Amino acid sequence: MSLLDLREVHVAYASAAGPIPAVRGVNLSVERGEVLGIAGESGCGKSTLASTVLRLLPPSATASGQVLLDGSDVLTMSWGEIRTVRWAEAAIVFQGALHSLNPVQRVGEQIAEPLRLHRTTKGVRARVSELLQQVGLPESRAKAYPHQLSGGQRQRVMIAMALACAPDLIIADEPTTALDVMVQAQVLDLLTGLVRELDMALVLISHDLGVLGTTCDRIAVMYAGEIVEVGPGLSLFDHPRHPYTQALSGAFPRIGDPRARYAPIGLPGDPPYPGELGVGCAFHPRCPLAVADCLAEPVPLTDGVRCIRVDG
Amino acid sequence: MGPGYPMSGVVARRRRMALARFVVTYRRDRAGMAGLTVLAVFVLVALLAPILIPADALDVTKAQGERFGAPSVAFPMGTDDSGRSMLLLLAYGTRISLTVGLAATVVAMVIGTAVGILAGHFRGPTSHVLVGVTDWFLVIPFLPLAIVLATVLGPSTLNLIIVIGITSWAGTARLIRAQTLSIEGRPYLERARALGAGNWHQMTRHVLPNVFPLVLANTTLTVAIVILSETTLSFLGLGDPLAPSWGALLDRAFSSGAVSRGAWWFVLPPGICVVLVVMGFTLVGRAIERILDPRGGLR
Amino acid sequence: MILSVRDLMVRFGQVRAVDGVDLDLDAGEIVALVGESGCGKTTLARSLLGLVAPTRGQINFDGQPLDYRRLKPFRRQVQLILQDPLGALNPRHTVYDAVAEGIRIHRVPGNEEERVADALSRAGLRPAERFFLRYPHELSGGQRQRVVIAGALVLSPRVLVADEPVSSLDASVRGEILGLLLRLRAELGLSVLVVTHDLGLAWNIADRVAVMYLGRIVECGPTAEVLNAPRHPYTQALLSVVPDVGRTRQQVLAGEPPDPANIPSGCRFHPRCPVVMPACATAVLPVLPVLDLQAPHQSACLRT
Repeated sequence: MSLLDLREVHVAYASAAGPIPAVRGVNLSVERGEVLGIAGESGCGKSTLASTVLRLLPPSATASGQVLLDGSDVLTMSWGEIRTVRWAEAAIVFQGALHSLNPVQRVGEQIAEPLRLHRTTKGVRARVSELLQQVGLPESRAKAYPHQLSGGQRQRVMIAMALACAPDLIIADEPTTALDVMVQAQVLDLLTGLVRELDMALVLISHDLGVLGTTCDRIAVMYAGEIVEVGPGLSLFDHPRHPYTQALSGAFPRIGDPRARYAPIGLPGDPPYPGELGVGCAFHPRCPLAVADCLAEPVPLTDGVRCIRVDG
Repeated sequence: MGPGYPMSGVVARRRRMALARFVVTYRRDRAGMAGLTVLAVFVLVALLAPILIPADALDVTKAQGERFGAPSVAFPMGTDDSGRSMLLLLAYGTRISLTVGLAATVVAMVIGTAVGILAGHFRGPTSHVLVGVTDWFLVIPFLPLAIVLATVLGPSTLNLIIVIGITSWAGTARLIRAQTLSIEGRPYLERARALGAGNWHQMTRHVLPNVFPLVLANTTLTVAIVILSETTLSFLGLGDPLAPSWGALLDRAFSSGAVSRGAWWFVLPPGICVVLVVMGFTLVGRAIERILDPRGGLR
Repeated sequence: MILSVRDLMVRFGQVRAVDGVDLDLDAGEIVALVGESGCGKTTLARSLLGLVAPTRGQINFDGQPLDYRRLKPFRRQVQLILQDPLGALNPRHTVYDAVAEGIRIHRVPGNEEERVADALSRAGLRPAERFFLRYPHELSGGQRQRVVIAGALVLSPRVLVADEPVSSLDASVRGEILGLLLRLRAELGLSVLVVTHDLGLAWNIADRVAVMYLGRIVECGPTAEVLNAPRHPYTQALLSVVPDVGRTRQQVLAGEPPDPANIPSGCRFHPRCPVVMPACATAVLPVLPVLDLQAPHQSACLRT
């Protein structure tokens, strides 16, 4: 049985103009010990998907489908059940560590918070020290306030918080965006090391396909609420098939590739607004391979690619 | 909002469109319209008072009614301690209270905003001096200072405006300075400097429009405080003794023993008028603030 | 040489943000200033614009030293593109106002509306008129950055200093903005100094690359050479950790980059250097001259 199994998950936000679909029919599974990458940009629904796993959506959002965490559907759990699940079975490292930490509370206290909420108050300090050690921070940093830490250190604190209740699954939403490349490497090393050491599963969300390609066993690419391509990490990175994945891959060029010199790859237009999606392929307006047929009817995911112009 | 810059056709057209949109949006704001209606009534009364009401109504020697007369058909709101019609007195009082209220507010806001922006924009000695002066005015208790100034300047409506204006600007200055400091750090200020903008341009085109909502919100609060201050000072007898402002009416009411006589029509109406006007300004100010924020209230 | 910097030092109290830099920028050249946070690249860019006064050193524009009391004419020639386009635009100004601002400040004669439309078109926002009355929060990240660029172009500058121009934009939009910078260089002969921590960006558009560490340039030269065959151990480490499937041996340096308030003696990189020698702790390395395109690939390291 998979650790996490998403089946036909749809999430929509309520608005004055009707429901806005943020996630449209996602099917994904994550096994223990696996690192799954979700690639996509703003508005593709990846953060919504992450929030859905722990049912952290705002009240105006409606989710349908099944989100099976170790066999139990998160969406139909009672309030008490979901509270025990949160953080103890799955945890999220949110985007933007700078804003996710309480600026007037010491870091050690913030790491201790999930412990206090889920377990007894005994042994909390020892556990906090253990967690800080696991993420490579000196114990003394527990007394620091968030503004006294660097960006990389804050990210480590967020990871320590996520590990607090020893979850089976960690979802890291853009953990390395806004970090320098050296610090990014340190954080990624830390995450992959923890996966091995603690036999957890990791879902890594990022818009940098290079980051995902080098750390993930499998990658799913999301666009406008759907998965447009899914496959093994390395091969998806080396040979992207969907035109969007190709553009995403080209956005962060391989240093040393002479074809990328003076030839930045980008897509015209902007990622679509979720409220204005029509029938057929959502990528159509920006796609270099688009034809009239692309808009005719919804495109199914065949053999890991959602595109009629690519042989499955 | 750009004094001294030539306007091309597009920009002028945009201003007209923006004004039209503002009016339409304002009309849909129920709280704002309620406040505006209340204020409109009072302003109308204030404007029409000298036309519709003979000056005799204020003359104590020409008073028609009995003293402390209860409301009747002839005198819908009763009479004061000299027999003058309360209704007419209140109407005249509206003129005074509104005039002093608005004028003093303008004085306080202009001084406060200017000092606040200058203190926030410039660093070094200028800022230190301005902040020091502001703090001085903040620390000194309002009432003793106002009483001293009013006594020194003499009892008149103009002096009342000056006194209240001088004693009310410091709170605004502090607030505006804090907001200016936060705006100064924003990237678009840096971009303006990189484009070559001088101090005046930075302060008027970037800082001022962005502190404007705060200024507006603060203005409504200030009007409230100013009208209450005017009421207080008039109540203490520091205003023009002949002018029947609401505060002066309250003063007469208490000193002539209206309370012990049970002449509620003498004591309550001036206070109620103050409350209504203050509420009107608050509702209007909030409505304008809501509409002016281009992000539609999302901060 | 359009822009020429010699011996630049910028200190804020104990913090030596820029600690000796020589730099030249030629007409029509794109130079990438690369480094991690705290290396001083942002301060260096700001002082080139005259926004930060240097503690020591000389900045020449077109052969003339900068007159800090009369910076306005200089400002027309050298413009700034900031990192966060949402923050860089006043939320209460329309696109038209934002772009016209430069014209109004410098009282440029001629038809304002035409100039604004022209600048917006050049920046890729067409038809320009449709954007006049929009507000920044109504636009996407890419469009906002184009507005910022249009605001710079409207003054017909000769140099653009771009501070992380695409780091806060969506991945699929980066290429468009970078392509725009290349096109502006080709069509208008603009020189561009790009400040970034992203080596891939440098690979995409830069003619030359200068790598900064703790206030000094530690390696510089033609992009292809520096990024394919780096000589300084810091550059080598940086390149080794850029996520790329081809690279195998990662040299992840321990800890965070040290503090510009406490610069190590000798070679400033020696406490973290994987190939450090005893002499590195005391060696005095001269300021590396970052000169024109013809200048060779240089590295501030005892080993090279």
